Amino acid sequence: MSLRRLDTTALIYLALAGVVAIGGIAVAIDGGNLFSTANLVDMFTRTSLTGFLALGMTLVILCRSLDLSVGYTAALASMVAATTMDGDPNRIVLGALAALLVAGLVGAANGAIVSFLGVNPFIATLGVGLIIKGYLDTEYKGPAGLVPTAFQQFGYSRIAFVPVSTLVMLALAAAGIWFLRSTRTGHHMYAVGGNIDVARMSGVRTKSTLMTAHILCGMFAGVAGLLLAARFGTGSATEAYSNLYELDAIAAVVLGGTLLLGGRGGIAGTVAGVLILAVLDTVFNVMQINPFAKDVLRGAIIITAVAIYARRQLSRTARRPRFAAAGTAADTGRP
Amino acid sequence: MQTTRLALASAAAVGLLLAVGCTTDEIPEAETTEEATASTEEEWFVQADYEEQLAQRDIEPEGDPTTPWLQAIEPEWVDTSEYAVDGGDHTVCFSNASVSNPWRVTGWITMQQQVEVLQEAGEIGEFLHSDAADDDEKQISDIQAFIDSGECDALLISPSTTATLTPAVEAACESGIPVVVFDRGVNTDCAVTFIHPIGGYAFGADAAEFLVDNLEPGSTVLALRILPGVDVLEHRWAAAQEIFADSELEILGNEFTGGDAAEIKNIVTQYLQRGEVDGIWMDAGDGAVAAIEAFEDAGQPYPVMTGEDELSFMRKWKETGMTALAPVYSNFQWRTPVLAATMILNGEQVPKEWVLPQEPITEAELDDYLERNEDMPSLHYAKFGGEDLPGFPDAWRDR
Amino acid sequence: MGRIRTAAAALAGGGTGTVFALLAAIFIAVAFTNPGFFEGPSLMAFLKQAAPLVILAAGQYFVIVSGNFDLSVGALVGAQVVIAARLIDGEESRTLPVMGVMLLFGLAVGLVNGLVTTALKVQSFITTLGMMLVLTGAIRLWTGGAPTGSLSEAFRGPGRRGIDDVPLIGQIPWAVLIMIGVGAAAIWLMRTRFGRVLVASGDNELAAELSGGRVDTVRTVAFVLSGLSATVAGVLIGGYAGVSAQVGQGMEFTVITAVVLGGVVLGGGRGAVVAAMAGALTIEALFALFNQMALPSTIRPAAQGLIIIAAVAYAAKRRTRRPVAATATTNANPS
Repeated sequence: MSLRRLDTTALIYLALAGVVAIGGIAVAIDGGNLFSTANLVDMFTRTSLTGFLALGMTLVILCRSLDLSVGYTAALASMVAATTMDGDPNRIVLGALAALLVAGLVGAANGAIVSFLGVNPFIATLGVGLIIKGYLDTEYKGPAGLVPTAFQQFGYSRIAFVPVSTLVMLALAAAGIWFLRSTRTGHHMYAVGGNIDVARMSGVRTKSTLMTAHILCGMFAGVAGLLLAARFGTGSATEAYSNLYELDAIAAVVLGGTLLLGGRGGIAGTVAGVLILAVLDTVFNVMQINPFAKDVLRGAIIITAVAIYARRQLSRTARRPRFAAAGTAADTGRP
Repeated sequence: MQTTRLALASAAAVGLLLAVGCTTDEIPEAETTEEATASTEEEWFVQADYEEQLAQRDIEPEGDPTTPWLQAIEPEWVDTSEYAVDGGDHTVCFSNASVSNPWRVTGWITMQQQVEVLQEAGEIGEFLHSDAADDDEKQISDIQAFIDSGECDALLISPSTTATLTPAVEAACESGIPVVVFDRGVNTDCAVTFIHPIGGYAFGADAAEFLVDNLEPGSTVLALRILPGVDVLEHRWAAAQEIFADSELEILGNEFTGGDAAEIKNIVTQYLQRGEVDGIWMDAGDGAVAAIEAFEDAGQPYPVMTGEDELSFMRKWKETGMTALAPVYSNFQWRTPVLAATMILNGEQVPKEWVLPQEPITEAELDDYLERNEDMPSLHYAKFGGEDLPGFPDAWRDR
Repeated sequence: MGRIRTAAAALAGGGTGTVFALLAAIFIAVAFTNPGFFEGPSLMAFLKQAAPLVILAAGQYFVIVSGNFDLSVGALVGAQVVIAARLIDGEESRTLPVMGVMLLFGLAVGLVNGLVTTALKVQSFITTLGMMLVLTGAIRLWTGGAPTGSLSEAFRGPGRRGIDDVPLIGQIPWAVLIMIGVGAAAIWLMRTRFGRVLVASGDNELAAELSGGRVDTVRTVAFVLSGLSATVAGVLIGGYAGVSAQVGQGMEFTVITAVVLGGVVLGGGRGAVVAAMAGALTIEALFALFNQMALPSTIRPAAQGLIIIAAVAYAAKRRTRRPVAATATTNANPS
């Protein structure tokens, strides 16, 4: 099993290398240099936000769930952080903790609705997202709160050419990899996503595993909200959810080789998926690609990449997962 | 248990890295932020700004009225000689919020045409642009990328949101290249010039005053708005509320439509089922025709209406002969930033705050503007101000 | 087996019953706030508005019941309206040929979605997400960012006009007749062998294959039907309200919500097409109710989210309590 996972991850990093190489060549032909410090900085900067969201998303998707509320959760967290800090450097820690707590609670609500009320995650998290949107639009008429300069560093400083936010993202990714590989709850996530019945029969507390995944996903969205607050210097409601960040995050997770059906994949792949999207963004920008053409290219590349993985995985795993899929698809609701 | 452990670990990681981060380079000077955004919760109505904008409508702008994009209302000229660069072929960079609506599409075409003229004149060499697709976070990265690239002689910014883009614009100012902000503003005056038409209050007030003047006391008005939380739009509604409050009009409601024609028609139809609607106030003209058609389909008389200078609305207005006004959020402002950039790079004076004229199109001017824009597509804006550019009319027509 | 279960669900099944009860409750609330609502003309106006979503729901039902998603319908509706405006450009004589082109385009998009999903084994979430990006980008690329051209009067007919001067009712909109036609066709289709294989392929892919059903073929056809329904919806919406840059935005989420509200299970295999269409009607009725109650615009998403989650959770609970379905859902809700 670990061998197979390694192979898939290797394939994804190969894909990343391919995208970097092709992008580099394309930019070079265009007369630029993709690997200039400025462009590297740009690339890394673009990884952090999607990265945070995609890390959390990986956990819920591994459990064969989904979270469409992450954009809204991030917006809410940015509001909570900015209004709690309110320009006072002494309240930074308080504000950050409050934001993470609220985001974790949203995750817990998602998890409870999915696992205890038996609502399909697509609908449950879409609904929770709408509730947050209604709350934010009613409560705040626009940006609110003020982030102290010290905390804005989280969004703006960097060490050499790597932004601090990216380092935090990578550190959390490392923690996530450790969590999935070395803790019991981590293993259980794979079991729950692979086949929930088998998992339950072998003594896994499936509901609490699912809850944990959703809470962590909410908290990761909370960190994304902190980054937004630091970058904007204020809390912003409309920003985060008008941009379908959740779809970006899901795309990154799937590009990273995690199956939407759950049970297979991991965070190392997700990081590569996030990097692929960031490299594309930078390449498109450096090459001055028309903004509409960007959408077309991004869509086509995502489909192509996933088609290639699917081909590999199909030949590798024969028919086993299809039995599992057929047995549980109706209930967890993931096609 | 695992959860708390991870939470603690992440909190610790954040804290640790923050501590490290403070010792590194590239820290934007953010002191001005605290001063500028001292109010923690933004309210959309500022009495002083409202009064200023209403007064500006009656001030004769300086400059040639045939080139309104170079006119300015009560300009305070500032010296830019520190930014003067010898020679021509300057590289101008432009961070665009998006081209996600027809107003921005029209303006973006106009800007590109203006750039071509300046490129032929040798003023501008390369023109680099990035499009953030309405994503503030992305636009912050775009701006940073331009600064880091070191290629830009001047940076134009059309911010996606006022408050959230402020730190990024400050960082751009810090880098030393001249920054030109236009359309929506930011909460700092560090840019060399900030270009904008009079503003949202004036737009909303023009529309509301027209309804007050043309409707009998006691008439009913429905307000159609695009979405909440966007300052340029919120100001329009705030001003309208101010005017309506002093009138005897009855406001039936204010509804968010997302600018979607089908949604607009649904909402207006439902209001018409429940009673008469005598007037329609809109915060932007998108989908105005659908609102008018709702009256037609319900067999009701046309309302007194305010839309925008989008041609579909103006053509429908002409066709139906209804009582209407097209408030304008001057689209020709998209020409000004590139011209301003070349002026700054030549060391010429520019207004610190460059307030462009913003006059609604009235019934008397309707035929004139329709004739001038005869060949233009229906989602084009009448006051786009590009008639004298060499690409006219093909660039706007066959886009 | 799948057939028995579907039949049972159609008669009294959890989700199906819930949606009709909810629809009735909303209608009663509407009647209280505005007794005039049920008079002929205003009821017809309501149905006219609802028709596009109901038709989209029928199309989405085919895809969902066979175990997939179609996230590209919103973008496709928008694309179709823009294509119509640009190609017709106000010329009456071009109306029919352009409608033919749109039909082919809808068919092609559905076919591509279907083939990428079934032949290339890309999960439908990703296929159609990619398609959504490609369509939005390509259409804007083609029109330079904002729609150009205009629709002909004849094109506007189906969505805007109807049979006039009917006693009591006033006008019977063409849109309502088209909606009834599409609904009847969808119900008929679900009673054919195609319909049975479609449900079976969502219920248990392997069993469906073993019993001779051509799973990949019916799933592809489902995507094509969804593409066609988006085309019809595009004709109606374009006719109803004309061209605007925002047509279709976000409709994919609304329609999936509608279908799930109708008791159709994401993941496939269960639910009735009538109930899916009733789900769409329920959503539209809910919007009408909000409007009549003069509920502040900003709070509406929150109310919508709550009601949807509650309804779906209620249906999920009822399903687990009923003995027939209980065997099938033990996985989700062991009790």
